[in-house]
Amino acid sequence: MSSNQHSGQPDAFTLGPLEAGPACRVPQPAIQVRDMSLLYNDKLALDKVTLDIYQGCITALIGPSGCGKTSFLSAINRLTDLIPDCRVTGEIRVNNCDIHYPDTDVQSLRRQVGMVFQKPAPFPLSIRRNLSLPLNEHGITNKTEVAAIIEQVLQDVGLWDEVHDRLDASALSLSGGQQQRLCIARALALKPQILLMDEPCSALDPLASGIVEDLICRLRGRYTIVIVTHNLAQARRIANYAAFFWVSGRTGQLIEFGRCQHIFESPSHELTAAYINGVRG
Amino acid sequence: MREMKHIHTMQFLRECTAQFLIYAAVSLISVVFIWILADLARGGIAHLSWEFLMEPPRDAGRAGGIASILVSTLLILLVALLTAVPIAWMTAILLVEFVAIDSVFGKTVRFSLHVLAGVPSIVFGLFGNAFFSIYLGLGFSILSGGLTLACMLLPILASTAEAGLRTVPHAYRMSASALGLTRTAALVHLILPAAAPVLAAGLLLGIGRALAETAALLFTSGYVERMPDSLLDSGRALALHIFDLSMNVPGGDTPAYASALVLVGLLLCINVVAMKFAYGLQHRKIMT
Repeated sequence: MSSNQHSGQPDAFTLGPLEAGPACRVPQPAIQVRDMSLLYNDKLALDKVTLDIYQGCITALIGPSGCGKTSFLSAINRLTDLIPDCRVTGEIRVNNCDIHYPDTDVQSLRRQVGMVFQKPAPFPLSIRRNLSLPLNEHGITNKTEVAAIIEQVLQDVGLWDEVHDRLDASALSLSGGQQQRLCIARALALKPQILLMDEPCSALDPLASGIVEDLICRLRGRYTIVIVTHNLAQARRIANYAAFFWVSGRTGQLIEFGRCQHIFESPSHELTAAYINGVRG
Repeated sequence: MREMKHIHTMQFLRECTAQFLIYAAVSLISVVFIWILADLARGGIAHLSWEFLMEPPRDAGRAGGIASILVSTLLILLVALLTAVPIAWMTAILLVEFVAIDSVFGKTVRFSLHVLAGVPSIVFGLFGNAFFSIYLGLGFSILSGGLTLACMLLPILASTAEAGLRTVPHAYRMSASALGLTRTAALVHLILPAAAPVLAAGLLLGIGRALAETAALLFTSGYVERMPDSLLDSGRALALHIFDLSMNVPGGDTPAYASALVLVGLLLCINVVAMKFAYGLQHRKIMT
């Protein structure tokens, strides 16, 4: 190989020296948001957000409290439908389908777009039933298949070794971190493509938080992850892209969106810089 | 230093007074209950026997037993519960799960339930007589008595069920929706089992109220003491029997005491069974 380089004639089996050129894979948007506004009681809570969330990447939503990050997240799987007097305008496309289209099946949208909440909310059922109930409701009733999926997702979240001998125990007997991983497993069991996470670590102790964070990193690539976090260091550690929201008056806005590194190291907006450096927010 | 000691003495005295008052209130309630029970037992236990439960009343209730009256009572209760429970619980589900808490519709329904809960039972009796007995032509019958009782039970059952459903954490509903579960699935698998003990407590409250009811039944189910042949027959409820024996029948005190003892025993049994059932259901469906 070295002799080839010296002679200047590339070997047929090597790629040769690295040159600038087109990226081997252009990021594909999994979620496209266009001019999305969100109103509570006809008061604007989130103003005209436009951004793409890229497939297989972790996108962190950062910003001060009340800037509409969680509202934005809930709009993606139409959980905002549950909030009375909440209205969403503009366009949100998940896998190129407009989620506000009248024919959209909300149940299957939510199957595609899983969600994990800030406070672990396992159902007061057994560990097994927590995972099998949503599967059964989505028509997967074959016992062998359900058992296989349960084992698979519990392995995925690293809970299998801890709970495989007590699957029929109450899910509420698990520790906070285990409960949150169970909730993630419950969302993964439905084989979603997108996972929305609303501050999944903030209610956990540092150790459990670290375990969940590692888990989120392991899910990168297989799932498109959108995560709301107040922990800037965490966002920096795990995210590929970051979106910075700010609240002026009572209306939230998207200030800046870009690669995580760019947002944290050379933000183009002064508000972002101030927030990142802890001057404001 | 002395001041500190003074403060501590005051705090100690306050604690003692509070504790004394609380214990006094609790004992008062227990004493009243035990007194009633003891009084009933003293007057009626000698008269109580298997024959008393199994024989029809004779000589206006002075002799014989209360078999036909027990049957009538249970039939009236059955009609009332089978009618009231589904309507009341469905109303509660509607109010909690499908209607915003501050909507005009929700407020109106809740207001009418509160008004209905405050209506004296004699008014229900008159309404039942006018509507079920006369207008619908059901006459003095177990059916019209049961339906009148059902109207009385509606507000109790609906309000307790609403309160029970509201105690179920909202996070369950959010998680269930986020997992693509339908509202019905969440209701059947999560929310109703979680609320089961409160629903059962409300049911017991209703049953107690229904078993004790006299005035509403006087004009609707009548006071014929014969064994009823069908729901369209008149039938005398146990509470009405006690009322009749103690008010209108000279020498009817002893059977009245015995009947009251049976009524209290029945209530206790229903209490125990319903609570066991509710906790069983909660444990099977829901694990805490």
